[in-house]
Amino acid sequence: MEPIRKHEGIVYPLNRANVDTDQIIPKQFLKRISRKGFGQFLFYNWRYDSKGELREDFSLNKEKYQHASILVAGENFGCGSSREHAPWALQDYGFRVIIAPSYADIFYNNCTKNGIVPVQLSPSEVQQLIDNAEASDYKLTLDLESKAIYDNQGFHADFELDGYKREMLLNGWDDISVTLTHDDKIKQFEQQRELS
Amino acid sequence: MGKPKTIVEKIWEKHIVHEEEGKPDLLYIDLHLVHEVTSPQAFEGLRINNRTVRRPDRTFATMDHNVPTIHRNVIKDEVSKTQMDTLKQNCTEFNIPLADINHPDQGIVHVIGPELGLTQPGKTIVCGDSHTSTHGAFGALAFGIGTSEVEHVLATQSIWQAKPKTLNVKVNGKLGTGVTAKDLILAIIGKFGVRFGTGYVLEYTGEAIRNLPMEGRMTICNMSIEAGARAGLISPDDTTVEFLRGKRHVPQGDAFDEAAKEWKSLATDEGAIYDEMVEINADEIEPQVTWGTNPGMCIPVSANVPVPESAKTDNEIEEIERALEYMGLEGGEPISSVKIEHVFIGSCTNSRLADLKKASSIIKGQKVHPNVTAIVVPGSHSVKKAAEAEGIDIIFKEAGFEWREAGCSMCLAMNDDVVPEGERCASTSNRNFEGRQGAGARTHLVSPEMAAAAAIEGHFVDVRHMKVPTA
Repeated sequence: MEPIRKHEGIVYPLNRANVDTDQIIPKQFLKRISRKGFGQFLFYNWRYDSKGELREDFSLNKEKYQHASILVAGENFGCGSSREHAPWALQDYGFRVIIAPSYADIFYNNCTKNGIVPVQLSPSEVQQLIDNAEASDYKLTLDLESKAIYDNQGFHADFELDGYKREMLLNGWDDISVTLTHDDKIKQFEQQRELS
Repeated sequence: MGKPKTIVEKIWEKHIVHEEEGKPDLLYIDLHLVHEVTSPQAFEGLRINNRTVRRPDRTFATMDHNVPTIHRNVIKDEVSKTQMDTLKQNCTEFNIPLADINHPDQGIVHVIGPELGLTQPGKTIVCGDSHTSTHGAFGALAFGIGTSEVEHVLATQSIWQAKPKTLNVKVNGKLGTGVTAKDLILAIIGKFGVRFGTGYVLEYTGEAIRNLPMEGRMTICNMSIEAGARAGLISPDDTTVEFLRGKRHVPQGDAFDEAAKEWKSLATDEGAIYDEMVEINADEIEPQVTWGTNPGMCIPVSANVPVPESAKTDNEIEEIERALEYMGLEGGEPISSVKIEHVFIGSCTNSRLADLKKASSIIKGQKVHPNVTAIVVPGSHSVKKAAEAEGIDIIFKEAGFEWREAGCSMCLAMNDDVVPEGERCASTSNRNFEGRQGAGARTHLVSPEMAAAAAIEGHFVDVRHMKVPTA
């Protein structure tokens, strides 16, 4: 995956809790056998009506968010299905950072395997960012090395991220190659198991 | 005697391959279940990097999400067909056992694992599917993973995992007559919310859980993910052991009794400490119906749909308003007055023989309401055959239900089984998300008994008040 260290981008606020992966990418788009090209289907049923026309009342369709790369949303973002198509769609659409008060576990993990940084902030901090981004053109900067999110108007928040996941994201590593450095241990585990 | 341990701690300790300060543990995976939707990119990744499947003998694949349920080999959608063909090619290339569409073992991955005895207490089980939590009913540590992790497990038979916290969901008392495991899990999620389990493994304990047969336990563990928990489990006991006895992949004869002894020793020790605990009384629970767009939005069948003003915060008010609008409901209307056009009995939550039997007992000798289209989709080919051997299919067909082939079907509507826009479905599945059963479709989650009753009446009804014909 593509490494990510520092990222500045336009913020798109999605002021909803419990956004599930069926909303992020509906099931009819899960039939492809490649990892690419899912961005066009992101939030499909919210972005398009039943005739396939853009819904003007859905915020992501607004001009000011067209080049957004940081998504800010409510509690429990990415709940539901384990489909990795959800982070593939977000990433392909252009999102590199997500900020929310909480995430579904599988989705959170899936993000970190695809170069998307899932940032967890307090509900009040998230609400503040949503309000800022709804009110004006708003940019944030992620600094993954120091695990911080800030703007140029004085907002600054630190966040937690597991050291292992952070290292993988910073370097864009594929964790299978890391695991395979422990191959002897896996073998040993299997041998002991079969003996007992 | 050492320190008392939870079943999660016991399974965890037995599976650590590598541990290191400040890192997740590398955990060995005993069983990897694979299906057509979340695996193609993982196999492709193996090929690109010239890697192989480490333990095809610990891997098992089937086709369930896309499969047609009317005519087995008529797959209109070319893209679906490609996905199924791709799985077949991948399984051939990497030597993975596959129950394909025409195989007698085919079925929903979470139905066939237990049926074949692949699912066993104490195993670590993963699958690229969030409802992998189902297998926790057997006292296995089972959780859903993404496609990158599928690739990782294929290549290494292990996974990086931080040790989870544990949450004891204690269910006191007894479930009343006509109140099912489905009502219990919906009531739990309704009471504690769709994210109370996030970051935890749920262990269900208490009298009502002990009294449940394995089918009910699977329904409960299946929906742990709807509470935010990746995994939910139940300590093994005699019920678990008897369910597994004689299944194809469990040890046979004396070896089975040995295994059973070991399985039961995995049960959480008296005095073991959980990180959190919640309690609920089974006797207070009524049959449930979801009214909204997540499984936590559920009410007893005797209740009214909530009014937005009943919520505490602006965001919650907005959430209820949005759900009511999507569902085409008015706050305050009795849920029992809501008319339905579709009934779906199936899915990894409620498609086992016991589910179909119970639903059939409600409809025997009656007719599906003229405004309702009702389908039954057995969880596996074996469930279908067993039901047919008992004449259950005849009961459904005579009542006007369609009797289909096994698969995930209308739970997520990836095949042709779709609820049309604006129409309403009483569904025994696990998710009532917007668009889940079709764009604009309105899903109400219920038990198989409640779905059957709604099929007859054309609206939701308390199944406890239905006149059930005497057999």
